[in-house]
Amino acid sequence: MNTRPFWISLVAAVGAAVVMVLPRRRLAALILVIAAASILPFTVKNFFVFQMTLVMVYTVAILGLNILTGFNGQFSLGHSAFYAVGAYTAAVLMEHGGVAYYWTLPVAGIVCFASGFLFGLPALRLEGIYLALATFALATATPQILKSTPLEHWTGGVQGIILNKPDAPFGLPLNPDQWLYFFTLAVALLMFIGAYNLVNSRSGRAMMAIRDNPIAARSMGIPVELYKSLTFGLSALYTGVAGALGALAIQFVAPDSFTFLLSIALFVGLVVGGVGSIAGTFFGGLFILFVPNIAEQVSKGLAGAVFGIILILVIYLMPSGLGGTIRLWLYRLLQGTR
Amino acid sequence: MTRSAPRLLPLAMLGLVVAWAGPALAQKKYDTGASDTEIKIGHIGPYSGPASAYGTIGKTIAAYFNKVNAEGGINGRKINFITYDDGYSPPKTVEQARKLVESDEVLLIFNSLGTAHNASIARYMNSKKVPQLFVATGATRFGDAANFPWTMGWQPNYQSEGRVYAKYVLQNHPNGKIGILYQNDDYGKDYLKGLKDAIGDKIKIVAELPYEATDPTIDSQIVSLRASGADIFFNVTTPKFAAQAIRKAAEIGWKPVHLLNSVSASIGSVLKPAGLENAKGVLTTSYLKDPTDPTWKDDPAAKAWAEFMQKYYPDGDRTSAFTVYGYLVAQTLEYVLKQCGNELTRENVMKHATNLKNVELGMLLPGIKLNTGPKDYFPLEQLQMARFNGENFEVFGPILAGDIGGGS
Amino acid sequence: MELFLHQFLAGLATGGIYALMALAIVMIYQAIDSLNFAQGEMAMFSTFIAWQLLQWQLPFWAAFFLTIAIAFVGGFVIERVVFKPLRHAHQLAHIVVFIALFAIINSMAGFLWDFSIKSFPSPFGSHPLFGQRLISAHDAGMIGVTLIILALLYGFFRYTRVGLSMRAAAANPESARLVGVRVGRMVALGWGMAAAIGSVAGMMIAPVVFLEPNMMNSILLYGFAGAVVGGLTSPGGAVIGGFAVGVIENLAGTFVPYVGRELKLSIALVLIVAVLTVKPSGLFGERIVNRV
Repeated sequence: MNTRPFWISLVAAVGAAVVMVLPRRRLAALILVIAAASILPFTVKNFFVFQMTLVMVYTVAILGLNILTGFNGQFSLGHSAFYAVGAYTAAVLMEHGGVAYYWTLPVAGIVCFASGFLFGLPALRLEGIYLALATFALATATPQILKSTPLEHWTGGVQGIILNKPDAPFGLPLNPDQWLYFFTLAVALLMFIGAYNLVNSRSGRAMMAIRDNPIAARSMGIPVELYKSLTFGLSALYTGVAGALGALAIQFVAPDSFTFLLSIALFVGLVVGGVGSIAGTFFGGLFILFVPNIAEQVSKGLAGAVFGIILILVIYLMPSGLGGTIRLWLYRLLQGTR
Repeated sequence: MTRSAPRLLPLAMLGLVVAWAGPALAQKKYDTGASDTEIKIGHIGPYSGPASAYGTIGKTIAAYFNKVNAEGGINGRKINFITYDDGYSPPKTVEQARKLVESDEVLLIFNSLGTAHNASIARYMNSKKVPQLFVATGATRFGDAANFPWTMGWQPNYQSEGRVYAKYVLQNHPNGKIGILYQNDDYGKDYLKGLKDAIGDKIKIVAELPYEATDPTIDSQIVSLRASGADIFFNVTTPKFAAQAIRKAAEIGWKPVHLLNSVSASIGSVLKPAGLENAKGVLTTSYLKDPTDPTWKDDPAAKAWAEFMQKYYPDGDRTSAFTVYGYLVAQTLEYVLKQCGNELTRENVMKHATNLKNVELGMLLPGIKLNTGPKDYFPLEQLQMARFNGENFEVFGPILAGDIGGGS
Repeated sequence: MELFLHQFLAGLATGGIYALMALAIVMIYQAIDSLNFAQGEMAMFSTFIAWQLLQWQLPFWAAFFLTIAIAFVGGFVIERVVFKPLRHAHQLAHIVVFIALFAIINSMAGFLWDFSIKSFPSPFGSHPLFGQRLISAHDAGMIGVTLIILALLYGFFRYTRVGLSMRAAAANPESARLVGVRVGRMVALGWGMAAAIGSVAGMMIAPVVFLEPNMMNSILLYGFAGAVVGGLTSPGGAVIGGFAVGVIENLAGTFVPYVGRELKLSIALVLIVAVLTVKPSGLFGERIVNRV
């Protein structure tokens, strides 16, 4: 198998992450990234375009998790549930409602925001490991709920729903894979800019204050409960939109696509990319898509073991993830030049 | 006259040679994935994750193609068998299918496992016109020749089997009460549909209990089934749970007429762990030879299979019916490819796959043959009922044809 | 009524499995203040080792205790080799390493012993207890073993020096170091003990669910649930929690109309979240009070 595309995109990701973290170069970095991303689909095979679309989908999903865990300190192992809700919302709307694919995204977002907010309310009382467990329980229960008889008419039950990939609009000379790639790219960029602005705003600082010292935050007048629930909702929104995009890319939804293994994958992507690092989420997405494939190439029988070993090595070398480590290096580098 | 005659002869000979070799040369046609020296075959299986027990099927197939290659290949071409893990997750199946077709450029994909998983790639495979052959699932939806002409099943479909059990019960226990335990997914529900459709309301179903593949035990369901008063037990479970069910039923002293689905009717991997004494009297339907059944001790086909396992897949579990399944399905593909000769196009592959006429394979039960036609996309439709007597399965009754998708 | 009783007892039997697992989880929590997601896999792997020893014709009890010893050493070594270098990393990084460990152990077990089910003998036999058919000898034996381990743990923590040192190291590492407790070693010891308890859990569970690499997946989740419901700081509470989860799950599955069967797992989990909402540190856990 040709792994060259993976290494190219890895280098691009690292380069982008470095440039992103440099002060005053952000706009240039953004333009560079968009340019590189736009040229990509025309230089590689369709299959790789499909894979990169999935990488972007996972990146947005991880970004959602990052907002909750990285910036607000709430532990979640249940984001596969929100991903599933987003995916099924899109699928049901397209299948039963004949809704066009681009409208499914905002609807999925709103539905997921609501469900995230609602879940966030009882979760307010739970901390750390207990919250992790409650969210893990949510993730485990989701496939069962999706399969259940009351919902079967809408969800298609265990058979799932098959979707159609949209064609390029206005007769543009793009095949469906390429069009979906650009569509996903646009949505992902929007989400990134949104996340970036959020983090650098007053609300963002409030979120992070709650993460670092909830008691002090409360004493400063931040309505902690409201913020925590809203953050949960927002995080679910991001992951839900990712789920809807993912459903379009895969063209299929079924309950078994959304087991807790997905939650774990997103969590791994979060940590490997760097908790609290927005740019790092792209690396996380790359990791969870490509590394299992690489592990399978190394050893058929022990693919899982190889994956585990690679994961441990990555954590050893970069305990704060790629984003965190790059920030650390740059800090040291800039310190040295002073 | 004498001048031109000598010139005519070589010309005529040349003409003869061209006429003879011409069609053969002209008939060598290849699609992506086939060449003079190799045929690339794609496969996707659950080597990790919750269904990893089925990963052994893929390994058996790989071993079989090693054997084929060692013995010269198919029509002189080596088989390049490429298999990927999908972890039993449909999105991954989609990714691996696209990788096989677009990156590895295989001629066809065969025996991919799982109903949702095959469903997730069916539209793609059909739009790309790549054969999705002999899928590893008995779900009835994969014989839809009209809408998915490039997708074909292999094993007797689950609904047919359900109907066979229904027929048996209607004939022999018309006043009984049925209790069902089924896995809450497409496999379980398909069996359920077959049985219920054929039973109608002629016999009462007093309990219909699902379980999840992720449940640790099904002991609670067995207790409930006994309490429901059922005296006929339709057991639609995968091997681990089938063994648990057989053992628990014996433990609590419940002795119904026990109908076990063929997926779990393996002496070595299910009945033995459950306790051979506990499994006495269990009924099932069969289409392949159970290697642990003493009936086939001296059977030449079984011996050949055992030799194959010893030489090419020594780590394989010789008590598991999955390895026999993999062996048979690989042999089926071998047969189809052989029939294609030098015309290894995807269309020709489908043409021959839909043209199987009474094909016999050694490890199928005597009398059971593969049959397909342009409208009949179910190669195996025959089943025979068997009863476990504590040592082996005794087949009884006639070979029954399934009712779904019958006819060519 | 008879069905209720039967389901209740069946629930106790499965609950026994969860309770044993919950004990191992609480043990590791006491040592490292975190949940080890690979606990189930370690238990499964130990059980495979026991199975292999039995295949090599060792008598049952020899294999049993040898496996416990091997598991203890294994847990100790894993802590020293894998986790010690990460001592100062973020808690989330630890969890990722647990996940990695899970993948490695599961994959190795599948590679060494393949994925088909194997039967594992029970030291208690499989006949019904007192010929009653309500609960089998093995289930009763399992509950007995759970209580024995619980008692041993209680005695260990309460009455031995080492136990006291371990509690100190977990509660306040800084102060413990100052009074001469070797904190690092205590953590490794905790790992070893958790692994040992896990191996006993595995060997008790395998006869019921059949031995195969994926056997512990959902049991681990239920074990977590039981431990959390009972309180992660209380071994006794965890055991009660495990039994409670087993019984509730069975009863809910049997008696909740219409959706009970399909949503068995969900109902159990909803209950757990409900308990946590009302009493965040579990039914018997200690309230953690933070000084501001």
